[in-house]
Amino acid sequence: MSQETGINIGSSIKDTIIAGLLALIVFGPVVGVLLDGYEFIARIDDVVWIVAIVMAGRFAISVFVQTESGKKFVYRQLTKEDGVSVTAPDYKSKMRYIIPIVIVIGLIAPFIASKYVLTVVILGLIYVLLGLGLNIVVGLAGLLDLGFVGFYAIGAYGLALGYEYLGLGFWSMLPLAAIMAGVAGAVLGFPVLRMHGDYLAIVTLGFGEIIRLVLTNWTEFTHGPNGVSAPLPTLFGLEFKRRSSDGTPFHEFFGLSYDSAFKYIFIYLVLFLVVLAVLYVKHRLTRMPIGRAWEALREDEIACRSLGLNHVLVKLSAFTLGASTGGIAGVFFATYQGFVNPSSFTFFESALILAIVVLGGMGSTLGVVIAAFVLTVAPEMLREFADYRVLMFGILMVVMMIWKPRGLVRVTRKGFATRKGVMK
Amino acid sequence: MSQENILEIENLVMHFGGIKALNDVTFDIKRGSVSALIGPNGAGKTTVFNCLTGFYKATGGGIMLNAGDKPTSVIKVLGEKFKGSDLVSPAAFFERVKYKMFGGSHLVNRAGLARTFQNIRLFKEMSVVENLLVAQHMIVNRSMLAGILNTESYKKTEEEALQRAFYWLEVVHLTEFANRLAGELSYGQQRRLEIARAMCTNPEIICLDEPAAGLNPSETEALASMIRVLRDEHNTTVLLIEHDMGMVMNISDYIVVLDHGEVIAKGGPEDIKSNPKVIAAYLGAEEGEDVTL
Ligand SMILES: Nc1ncnc2c1ncn2[C@@H]1O[C@H](COP(=O)(O)OP(=O)(O)OP(=O)(O)O)[C@@H](O)[C@H]1O
Ligand SMILES: [Mg+2]
Repeated sequence: MSQETGINIGSSIKDTIIAGLLALIVFGPVVGVLLDGYEFIARIDDVVWIVAIVMAGRFAISVFVQTESGKKFVYRQLTKEDGVSVTAPDYKSKMRYIIPIVIVIGLIAPFIASKYVLTVVILGLIYVLLGLGLNIVVGLAGLLDLGFVGFYAIGAYGLALGYEYLGLGFWSMLPLAAIMAGVAGAVLGFPVLRMHGDYLAIVTLGFGEIIRLVLTNWTEFTHGPNGVSAPLPTLFGLEFKRRSSDGTPFHEFFGLSYDSAFKYIFIYLVLFLVVLAVLYVKHRLTRMPIGRAWEALREDEIACRSLGLNHVLVKLSAFTLGASTGGIAGVFFATYQGFVNPSSFTFFESALILAIVVLGGMGSTLGVVIAAFVLTVAPEMLREFADYRVLMFGILMVVMMIWKPRGLVRVTRKGFATRKGVMK
Repeated sequence: MSQENILEIENLVMHFGGIKALNDVTFDIKRGSVSALIGPNGAGKTTVFNCLTGFYKATGGGIMLNAGDKPTSVIKVLGEKFKGSDLVSPAAFFERVKYKMFGGSHLVNRAGLARTFQNIRLFKEMSVVENLLVAQHMIVNRSMLAGILNTESYKKTEEEALQRAFYWLEVVHLTEFANRLAGELSYGQQRRLEIARAMCTNPEIICLDEPAAGLNPSETEALASMIRVLRDEHNTTVLLIEHDMGMVMNISDYIVVLDHGEVIAKGGPEDIKSNPKVIAAYLGAEEGEDVTL
């Protein structure tokens, strides 16, 4: 067999059979055996389908990479520059045009979209907030935080319990929750931020679980697993309920007939503006001394200390700011659901937020926004595959780690025009 | 405060478990001098640096840094153990608590001492300019609100910081690489950038750990003249660790020789060159044997 003719069917078939066997081993027990009480139900046909798809896919890939264009594709993938890059000083990002368009679409969308789409998008935006918060901690400052959901829970329960015990509404709790979560972050952070990598990850993991367990078990205060209802936001005191106990509700005031979509439109608009504000702040932070200090700390903590940066305070500021963003997201989550209970704040949620940050590209703002929507909206759209959500999630992670280990969006750094150097 | 000596190291002892890395090291560094700390591999030179920059907490002894407006005890700012006398003196007690909570090696830098590392420690995924901007963290406007709102005064201090960064880039001949990632630079360029970064903190004394390691002869020559610029134009005292004897003898006013954690000789280049103990330590020869450096 000559080398030039290229396609070697024999080796492709060998690859295909190996892939098929692996698929059988992985999916056989997971998909093929259904527990029914103490009995098993064998679902051979599902397994056969999945294995067949895997084999067909493997065969196609195997043949493709042996063709000319396939070889080129592989070569490009292998030699691609995928790291950080510095832009030229006069470089103007295309985002200048995209951002105004997105803002306009974002402001018009709620009046066109159906209520269902709106609720999905609200969820997506909440995860954008969470991703941005964690991105400060993990992506910029390089602190692995596995308990981020704890701050999310503090925000959500802050609204629900603040309303129940103190009569505080959405608008007073929004800043208060940010402060509360930030303080919780600082209190947790001060003793533990002297630790590194793995230790910090374990401590934060514990923190997230402690918050959830306290919420579950302190039944007198939090109503435990039964949860608490959370209030809706108001527009200058106008409520979005069908009937209001005090004052006229929103729809009567404007002479509209009641529609439950109103409240979602309102939540969406407020959330959209908050996300824009957070995006702007995040964009500024990365160009400010504090943002540079976070990234420097991620790169080399010892060098930072040798330059006079107090590493504990720098880490603490990242932790606190990240936590308060999580707290704000929690408030929106509570008001959107109208109800919170501890089962929304499990470790899986922390893992999902972390996945958003990693998939998006550590430190990349645009990447986080895209990844947040992909990971929250896609499962909603693909409801039929709900059982396989975690499986698909895992596959996506593996594929990403192979093709784009540094995240969807390549991080760029701002270039500076050369100046005349001046001392003092 | 001694005006003459910028750094006074007294009976410094550093033990790592059973390893005695430093036994009783004593020497002073004169303000405005270029001094060198030399010795065979493993003599404890880097350990001395780590103690006086606050990365190691010395087991015993004292380090005084006479820079800024008041002398700084490096041992004290790292946070000491509580003593019985703290019970009667609340002021001393609170000072100790303060340094225990917020103390650390960063305070040594803020007192006016900067350093570079034997194994280069740049912020590799940040641009060259950004490396220099981070070093100016304590000088620039760190107000969160001013930065987010991008106020005029904030812009002004950022511009000043950039100008200072470009000034140092010119000194170390890296202006054309300003917008490259620090990790992409060649070894010699990275060493120079590290010196520029340390100088951006406006130190009164800079400690260089083997700045000429891995440089070719012409780069070493350029480095030597750069070190003279630091001393002559910026009134910076330089303390360096170096194995390149030609360069050490050429630029140093004062040399301290360390072997097995002890100072075996100190003095001017001429004295050191002819000191039999130093020759013996370097060449592993018996004292009195006829060898030259
Ligand atoms: N963190 C540490 N833990 C244990 N031992 C250490 C530590 N740091 C240094 N040492 C020991 O202290 C001694 C002196 O090391 P040091 O790095 O100061 O040598 P050096 O003079 O800088 O050598 P070189 O010229 O090779 O850089 C060595 O025996 C080393 O093993
Ligand atoms: Mg050394």
